[in-house]
Amino acid sequence: MENKKFNFKENTAQALLDSRLRKNLKFAMGAMIQKRRAVFSNAQELEKLRVLGNSIRRRALSKLPELLEKLENKCTENGIIVHWAETTNQACEIVLEIMQKHKADKLVKGKSMVSEEMHLNKFLEQHGIEAIETDLGEFIIQLAGETPSHIIVPAIHKNKDEISKLFHEKIPGTPYTEEVEELNAIARKTLRKMFYEGHVGLSGVNMAAAETGTLCLVENEGNGRMCTTVPPVHIAVMGLEKVVEKLEDIPPLIRLLTGSATGQLITTYVNMITSPRKAGEKDGPKEIHLVILDNGRSKILADPQLRQTLQCIRCGTCLNHCPVYTRIGGHAYGFVYPGPIGKILTPQMEGLEKAGAMTTASSLCNACEEVCPVKIPIPELIRRLRNESYDLNGTVQGHGYKKHFMETAAWKAWELVNRIPALNAASTKMAGLFGHMLPKAGPLKEWTHTRTKPVFAQKSLHETVKEQGVAHE
Amino acid sequence: MNDNTRTRIFARLESAVQHGSFNISEPGKPEIPDLDKKQKIDLLKKNMEAVRTQVHVVEKEKWIDILKNIIKDKNINSLVYGPGTEIGTVLEQSLGEYREKLIKYDRDIEDFKSIIFESDAGITTTLGAAADTGALILWPDEKEPRLISLVPSIHIAVLKAENIYAGFSQAVEKQRWAEKMPTNALLISGPSKTADIELTLAFGVHGPKELIVLVLD
Repeated sequence: MENKKFNFKENTAQALLDSRLRKNLKFAMGAMIQKRRAVFSNAQELEKLRVLGNSIRRRALSKLPELLEKLENKCTENGIIVHWAETTNQACEIVLEIMQKHKADKLVKGKSMVSEEMHLNKFLEQHGIEAIETDLGEFIIQLAGETPSHIIVPAIHKNKDEISKLFHEKIPGTPYTEEVEELNAIARKTLRKMFYEGHVGLSGVNMAAAETGTLCLVENEGNGRMCTTVPPVHIAVMGLEKVVEKLEDIPPLIRLLTGSATGQLITTYVNMITSPRKAGEKDGPKEIHLVILDNGRSKILADPQLRQTLQCIRCGTCLNHCPVYTRIGGHAYGFVYPGPIGKILTPQMEGLEKAGAMTTASSLCNACEEVCPVKIPIPELIRRLRNESYDLNGTVQGHGYKKHFMETAAWKAWELVNRIPALNAASTKMAGLFGHMLPKAGPLKEWTHTRTKPVFAQKSLHETVKEQGVAHE
Repeated sequence: MNDNTRTRIFARLESAVQHGSFNISEPGKPEIPDLDKKQKIDLLKKNMEAVRTQVHVVEKEKWIDILKNIIKDKNINSLVYGPGTEIGTVLEQSLGEYREKLIKYDRDIEDFKSIIFESDAGITTTLGAAADTGALILWPDEKEPRLISLVPSIHIAVLKAENIYAGFSQAVEKQRWAEKMPTNALLISGPSKTADIELTLAFGVHGPKELIVLVLD
C-alpha cells in the first residue's frame, strides 16, 4: 500500500462510505472494549500495574544498548544466532539467506507485525519463496490478498459471510459454509499439512529478556508454537525496542498485554524460547536465528519526548478505543501500524512528509492515553508531531513539510490582531460588519462542507457587556 | 552478520541514551495474593474452567482410575507420553487394559512426526501452575518432548496441587527461573482457540481441541 501515494483524506472518505466496514468495526470494537473492562475491573489494581509496566519499559529503554548487548551475548551463549538489520530490506535479505542456505522454498509464519513492516512475504515471493500465514486472521487476509487492518485481530474488518465466500473460492475442494466451527476446521486441516511439511518457521517476539536470552511469544491458536517447534529451523524477528532487563519483568507485562489486547487474563499459550534443541531432546528446531531490526527506532530513542513511542507493547487497545479508528478501520491509515499508535510511530519511521497526514486523524480526546497499558502520552506526541509538521527547525524527518506562505501569513496576522489592541478592535468591528459577506471559497468552502458557516455578532462581547452589564453573575 | 551494521546501530543507541532524562522510577513488584492450598486450587480451577479447560481434582492414588475413565469416555485410541518421566512409569505399570494405547515418544521428531500427527491424545507432567492467571507451567525436556502438549487433539496434564503458585510472578521467583531457563518454558491455560472470525470463539484451531487437567491433591 505504501507504493501508492498516501492520500489519507481520500482513504478516509472511501472508508466512511463503506457501511459494512463500519458495522463490522462498531460491533468488534465495542466487544473488545467490554472484554478489557471485565478483565481490568479493579481500577486501582490496574493503575498500579500500569505504573509498573511503564517503569519496566522506561528502564529498558534507558539501558537499551547495554540490554541489547546482553541479549545478544546470552542468546549466542544459548546457541541462538543473532543478526542485526538497520533497514527492513536488510532484515528481509537475512531471512532469504537463511532460507536459501537450507534450500527451503516454503516458510510457515506465525503472526508478526515486524514481518509486516518488512513486507517480507512480498520480498520472498519475488525470490521464489512462498510465505504461508498460519494465524487464522492472517491466513484469511492472505487469501484475500490484503494486509492486516488491526495489530491484534488482522481480519477484524471482515465478517463471516465474506470469509465463508473467501474459503469456498480460494481453498480447493471447500464447500460453502457459514459455520465458524467448520471454517476453523477447514483452516486447521489446510495448515496442519503446512506445519507438517515446513522446513523453516518464522515468528515475531512479544518481548525478550536480556537476563536469560529468552524470547517470549504469546498466542491463542497454537500456530506460533507449531512454527517455532515443528520445523528444523526457526527465525524470530523483533524490533530492537522489545527487550526488557529481567525475566521477572515478563509476567506483569504479559498481564498488561493480554488484558489490554483481548481482555484475557492470559493467552492460551505463553511460549518462552531460550535455546535450540539440546542434545538428547527429541523435538524443537535445531537452529534458531534472531533478527533484530532497527528501521528508525534508534533515532526515535534520541528524542526525550518522542522516545515514549518505543514503550509500546503492541496490544492494540488504543485502536479499539479510538473513535477515529472505529469508524475508518486500519486500511485507511495506509501503513502497517494504524490507529493512535500508528499515528505517532509511522511518521517517525517513514518521515512526516510521507505519513504526517495520519496525525490529523485525532480529536485529541485522550481515550488512547487513558487505556494505554504502559502510559504512553499519545495525544501529547500527536501534538508534537503536528507542530513538527510546520517547524522548519524541528528534528523529526520531514519536519516543516506543511509550512507555506499563506499559513505563515495567516498566523502572523492572527498574532498581530491579538497583540495590538487597536487592530483587535478594528478587526472585531470589521468582522461584525462584513463577516456575513465572506465568500464560501478556498479553505472556508472546504471547512463549511460539513459545518455551518459561523455568523459574527454585530457587537463584540466586550461592547455588549459594557452596555448591558452581566445579567447572571 | 554485517559488523558495520551492528556498529552503526549501537553507535546511534549509545548516543541516543545520552539525551535527556528517562524519568525512571525503579519498578516495584506485582502484587500477589496470599492464598492457602485450597484457595489456590479453587482459583486455578475457576480461571481455567472459564476458558473451557476440564479440571479434575483427584486423590493422588486415584488419578490413574480417572485417566482410564477419560480414555474410555473420549474414545482415545492412542495416548503419547514421555517414557522415563514420573508419570510415564506409572502409566506403563498401572494402565491395565489400556496399556496398549500408550505410545512412547522415544525418538527424534524426524522419525516420530507421522505418529504424533496421527495420535488422539498426549499426556504430560507439569512443573506447576499459576492460580491467578489460570495457567499450567510446562518445561518440556529430553524425557518429555514439546509436541506432546501441542499436536494431538486432546492434551491431558497431571499437576501436583502443592506446585500451584498464587501467580506467574511468584512461580518465576520461587522456582528461580532466571538461573536455569530450559529450551522452552510454556504456560498453557486452555485448549487452542481463536476469535478471528467476527470475534466468535472457536476451539482447537491449530493445537489441542481439549485440555484436561488432573490436579493431584
